[in-house]
Amino acid sequence: MLRKSIALAALGLAFIAGPALAAGSAKEPRSVAWSFAGPFGKFEAAQVQRGYKVYREVCSACHSMNLMFFRNLGQQHGPFYDPEYKNPNDNPYVKALAKDIQVKDIDQETGDSVDRAATPADKFPSPWPNEAAARASNGGALPPDLSVITKARDGGPDYVYSLLTGYVNPPVGLAVGPGQHYNPYMAGDMHAYWTGKGPAPVGGFIAMAAPLADGKVTFDDGTKSTADQQARDVVAFLAWASEPKQTERKQFGFGAMIYLFMFSILLWFSYKRIWRNVGH
Amino acid sequence: MSGNSTYEPKTGIERWLDSRLPIVRFMNDTLVTFPTPKNLNYWFTFGGILALMLGLQIVTGIVLAMHYVPSADLAFASVERIMRDVNYGWLIRYMHANGASMFFLAVYLHMFRGLYYGSYKAPREVLWILGCAIYLVMIITAFMGYVLPWGQMSFHGAVVITNLIGAIPVIGPAITTWLWGGFAVDNATLNRFFSLHYLMPFVIAGLVVLHVWALHVTGNNNPKGVDVKSKEDTVPFHPYYTVKDGFAISIFLLLYMSFVFFNPNALGDAVNYVPANPLVTPAHIVPEWYLLPFYAILRAVPDKLMGVILMFGAIAVIFVLPWLDTSKVRSMRYRPTARLYFFIFVFVALVLGYCGGQLPDDQVIPGVSGLMLIDSDINSFVWLSRFATLYYFSYFMIILPVLGLTETPRPVPESITDPVLSHPATAPAGAMASPEKRG
Ligand code: HEC
Repeated sequence: MLRKSIALAALGLAFIAGPALAAGSAKEPRSVAWSFAGPFGKFEAAQVQRGYKVYREVCSACHSMNLMFFRNLGQQHGPFYDPEYKNPNDNPYVKALAKDIQVKDIDQETGDSVDRAATPADKFPSPWPNEAAARASNGGALPPDLSVITKARDGGPDYVYSLLTGYVNPPVGLAVGPGQHYNPYMAGDMHAYWTGKGPAPVGGFIAMAAPLADGKVTFDDGTKSTADQQARDVVAFLAWASEPKQTERKQFGFGAMIYLFMFSILLWFSYKRIWRNVGH
Repeated sequence: MSGNSTYEPKTGIERWLDSRLPIVRFMNDTLVTFPTPKNLNYWFTFGGILALMLGLQIVTGIVLAMHYVPSADLAFASVERIMRDVNYGWLIRYMHANGASMFFLAVYLHMFRGLYYGSYKAPREVLWILGCAIYLVMIITAFMGYVLPWGQMSFHGAVVITNLIGAIPVIGPAITTWLWGGFAVDNATLNRFFSLHYLMPFVIAGLVVLHVWALHVTGNNNPKGVDVKSKEDTVPFHPYYTVKDGFAISIFLLLYMSFVFFNPNALGDAVNYVPANPLVTPAHIVPEWYLLPFYAILRAVPDKLMGVILMFGAIAVIFVLPWLDTSKVRSMRYRPTARLYFFIFVFVALVLGYCGGQLPDDQVIPGVSGLMLIDSDINSFVWLSRFATLYYFSYFMIILPVLGLTETPRPVPESITDPVLSHPATAPAGAMASPEKRG
């Protein structure tokens, strides 16, 4: 505890004293015309549904989403929302999706740990029993929880999309360590690993291998399953999961802005009228 | 409260109450009949805006506190759960988070207004000091509030700032430990910050009452900076300024709500959506935008203790400003030289804010390598911060004191209504409105 605090204090000091660590450089993320971008943007249910499938079949092997419950999939503006089932816990489609997943529970009779099929009220289970297990399986790296990932990175959805589709062969002269992969969109500092010609490449190492590939996921709606399409779809899903209330927020906001705008106009005219006889 | 009240209780119950607790009289004198200079421009509407922002922060904050869990293990998730599972929780939380930024935006404009129109000068010194105290408590409140979501920036920001106290010789480390409630920023720190974050806004509210009380003793300053001379100079606060402030508030809300609804995370740092992890330090620890100028001053100084002293000094100097500015002319409308220095000051404050968000050793003009000066390249943000810091303090401690003695102000109007300008040479001696020609 004390050692930790001293180390932290030293870190804080080092930072304040000035010589900050050279910030990593990375390639600017490519910008994608997301359907959900901008004040009027909305999620496309079909895309978010496909994205859920990509998450479920690929990413969920390594990444948890601790803030997500199966019921969220069926709530208003969610990918599997059905107006017939206002309560997403009753949504049969969501129930079926949950049922495919096993979650840990305690048998109330015996107290034993058991696996059972999930219900809409359950959280997305984590693929790992604990952090140590996650690191052990990933060469020491921890796959971050993806619940709010598009809010937690500069560049948001564009960044995650660029990262997923941005894997390239490392340039000749870059020493890539075991279990590491070069990605120009990942922040890092390549100087120490660079013996090639010219300046060191931008980008960084990431312990995650390119997770997507053409045909890796079969889309039920017939959409061609390219790696690019999978990336777009899973990012749409992750962007929805990061802010599941964003469509509601924008719609509500639109009304609020119109109201405030009209209120301002009325106040302006009231102001003009009340002040009309005051010379100032 | 300032004496001559025109309130006449009309009903029996009002008369009964008025002779026991004249609260209706007080409200009436403050918000209805209060004589207000008729020439206040929109820069004078930020007081009302600030009052509204304080109210909104308190109301949204109380609701947030009903759902928030001040625990190192649960705080981050509880904030997200508020936005996901509490009815309109996203609205309440984003109003509160962006409200802090808007509150500071308004307070800075309010302060710049005061600086420009000389609202700190006699007889408004106490009014000004109370305002400075409000601002100081706002900073403390905002800092502690930013820690509560317990994201990476919350945690490491708290580490950096609390460690500053440790720079105080001898007792510093003990105070830091006492503040932390342990030997590191941890659960105990989060709990006390939550408790104090809930308390401080009510301290602010108390200070606001005193601030308004002081305002109603001296009356408003105004863009001409001359005293109210007659009834013709003023209008009753209601309806004249309720409607004008109301219009300004409505426009301000449009700006505020455009963030809340369409860009709620634009003013925050993405890294704060990564849960706090003491073992991983973010590459770039920065405070929220409204504290960046002070952060730049802190980092401009190579010595930690001196940096801390200068940072607090930058706020302390604002408190004593009424006694630093020697000019008798309030409004800079009539002080062309001072006005120029004022605009440079505003620019420098913005430059400091920009520097606070950059890495100190990064180049200001990329690609140009300048002269090494003492410890760093002169073309670096640390040097830009140093020059800006120098101007910041010079403005208060050299420029304003000297300028008041040496400059020749332009003629000042006799009164708010009267367009006739008094020439400094012919001004009646002792009148507040007349500049004293010196130097
Ligand atoms: C085989 C396990 C594995 C799979 C499958 C996987 N990841 Fe990762 N992911 C990781 C690991 C490990 C890291 C941490 C990398 C590091 O810190 O170097 C990571 C990191 C990330 C990051 C954070 C990068 C950053 O900026 O720090 C994102 C985003 C991400 N993964 C998204 C995905 C998505 C989307 C999928 C599904 C398409 C996916 N991952 C599938 C193991 C995996």
